[in-house]
Amino acid sequence: MEVEVRIPQIFRKYTGGLKQVKGNGKTIRELFNHLDLDYPGIKAQILTPEGELHRFVNVYLNDEDIRFLQNMDTSLGEGDVVSILPAVAGGGQLSAFSYQQSAKRAEL
Amino acid sequence: MFILDKGFAEEMIAHAREEVPNEACGLLAGVNGRVTKLYRCSSAEKSPYRYFVDAKEQLQAMREIDEKGWELLGIYHSHTHTEAYPSKTDVELAFYPDALHFIVSLADWEQPVIRAFRIVDEKIIEVKLLMVEMMES
Repeated sequence: MEVEVRIPQIFRKYTGGLKQVKGNGKTIRELFNHLDLDYPGIKAQILTPEGELHRFVNVYLNDEDIRFLQNMDTSLGEGDVVSILPAVAGGGQLSAFSYQQSAKRAEL
Repeated sequence: MFILDKGFAEEMIAHAREEVPNEACGLLAGVNGRVTKLYRCSSAEKSPYRYFVDAKEQLQAMREIDEKGWELLGIYHSHTHTEAYPSKTDVELAFYPDALHFIVSLADWEQPVIRAFRIVDEKIIEVKLLMVEMMES
């Protein structure tokens, strides 16, 4: 399945500055594996070392957050649009330790 | 220096107060360094200590910003009890280096403080805010 992938500004250093690129795969997981062959390093920005979606990166299939679909196993259709957006998050008093803990919990 | 219409400053403060005890968050879009629209966002984490802009609301706002030819000029959130200065978490999670980070502190409820910062490569640089009444054209 060929899909269009929208790349956020902070990841464009991996795509040679391109805002959108073509990708392919039957699922989101396959798409990111293929994308990393064309644009080495991009997968590590989006996924954890275990291959799951990073807690602070949002990935959308068309208008839907993939966390509310089948996450990394979400199926892709011809002509779909996959958008990647780093989260907008932060907070007043969360320590780095608890951030790591919450990131870890999110991966479980 | 960043010129901010007082109306947007007041809206950020009103939003921050409405969300107490939790942190409020939102986005500021604009063009040529002037804010054209404030997006109040829901936080996916209702917490006094952290915020996480709802993923769907973020996508909708970003789409509109793109379609209108605007830029994401700022990200705002509130600190309910601490000063208007980026926390360690704010710095670690600053994924939009071109956006200013506006922090509304409600530590003094009667006199909220808004300060703005650029956070690039984990370095914090304060940007002076000049509040103005926007002239109706």
